[in-house]
Amino acid sequence: MDKKRKELKVSAIRNGTVIDHIPTEKSFQVINMLNLNESNHQIYFGTGLESKKFGKKGIIKISDKYFADEEISKIALVAPSATLIEIFDYEVRKKESVHLPERVEKIVRCFNPKCVTNIQDVPTNFSVINDHKGQMKLACHYCEKTMAKENIDFF
Amino acid sequence: MKDLKGRSLVSITDYNREEIIHILDMAEDFEKNQRQQILGGHVIASLFFEPSTRTRLSFESAVQYLGGSIIGFASADTTSVRKGESLKDTILTVSNYSDLIVMRNPTDGSARYASEVSPVPIINAGDGANQHPTQCLLDLYSIRKTQGSLDNIHIAMIGDLKYGRTVHSLVQALSLFGATFHFVSPESLKMPSAVKTWVKKAGLEYHQYTDIMDIMPIADILYMTRIQGERFPDPLEYEKVKNSYILENSMLETSKDSMRVLHPLPRVNEITEDVDDNPKAYYFQQAKNGVYVRQAILAAILGLK
Ligand SMILES: [Zn+2]
Repeated sequence: MDKKRKELKVSAIRNGTVIDHIPTEKSFQVINMLNLNESNHQIYFGTGLESKKFGKKGIIKISDKYFADEEISKIALVAPSATLIEIFDYEVRKKESVHLPERVEKIVRCFNPKCVTNIQDVPTNFSVINDHKGQMKLACHYCEKTMAKENIDFF
Repeated sequence: MKDLKGRSLVSITDYNREEIIHILDMAEDFEKNQRQQILGGHVIASLFFEPSTRTRLSFESAVQYLGGSIIGFASADTTSVRKGESLKDTILTVSNYSDLIVMRNPTDGSARYASEVSPVPIINAGDGANQHPTQCLLDLYSIRKTQGSLDNIHIAMIGDLKYGRTVHSLVQALSLFGATFHFVSPESLKMPSAVKTWVKKAGLEYHQYTDIMDIMPIADILYMTRIQGERFPDPLEYEKVKNSYILENSMLETSKDSMRVLHPLPRVNEITEDVDDNPKAYYFQQAKNGVYVRQAILAAILGLK
């Protein structure tokens, strides 16, 4: 595919952020999680796009928006393979893959209903760990339960 | 070793190998010389948001052998908690009246949270299904005392390994000492994968069984736990297995002479009474050791030894 035709698929933005290499089935989850459906920014997105790395991928472009670390952590939890590209006046200012933080604070609910964070007014706090099979898990700082990716629920 | 003085004890993982050994050494000293008036003039708060008579009395006994005073409540029924006071407010208030707080609470993670808001150290006496580190330390004390050392023992854990909080903590702690683990349970109450990950990451071995007799000749310690019917998704399965995890005296014949049977107590029927007279039964002595260990923890945290 030549470059021009590829670009046509999702329009270029002047200023803002491109989230690329989202696993195609996670695209809508990323949009919801970042509350993009409620934002006033111009947003372009595509799913099911061809990708050399993934087979199929999703891409989201948000005009005039740059993400804070907390939001980047969220993206990394849902789509660890994603790339974040910051655009200034049509130029790429910064391009980097998202990476999982060591700790995830406040943004994720603990899946244990008996956890103090679900009972008292206590902000959640997890460390990001790998189990013996190499699967990413979140370990609750309070109840010490570990939760698999499927159980991650954002506030 | 970091100083234990002023530090809360919430989870057994708060202590490293050296700190565990230090507490056990101190407990040994209290076993030799239990009455030491080192806590005179100190006030310990004992906040039991759910009843646990055994643990509460063990702590109260430890405080009193050391000459300290104790204040607090034995259940949440009569306290302001019932009127909806937050845990934070209760802890902040009680910390004004005491040098250290012993807390039992049905909510998972409540002890860690309390230790973060409290200006005085917290000792966790059980936070829901999560941790009960003083139980773990008294188990370690009992193992070391009966086996001579904590290093490289073969421990068999029997019964409800899925929900049994004491066995989870004990696996974490013994992983620091190179144990080999033998997990004996019905299929639906097997050790959770998070605990098995812990063993693997420590570079140690575990084996799983459903028949208690398989481990009898190998085990140095038999750690019994209670199986509760309500834990089974299928009541029929409970009916099938409930008698397979009951220890009777005759079953101990093939075990090592040095083997000892532990149980966190209270037992219901998982160890028959004919085991009690066998010299391999150690569970009542184990409960007695709890007082020495709690004396040691109180003295270490208050910096009195
Ligand atoms: Zn939790």
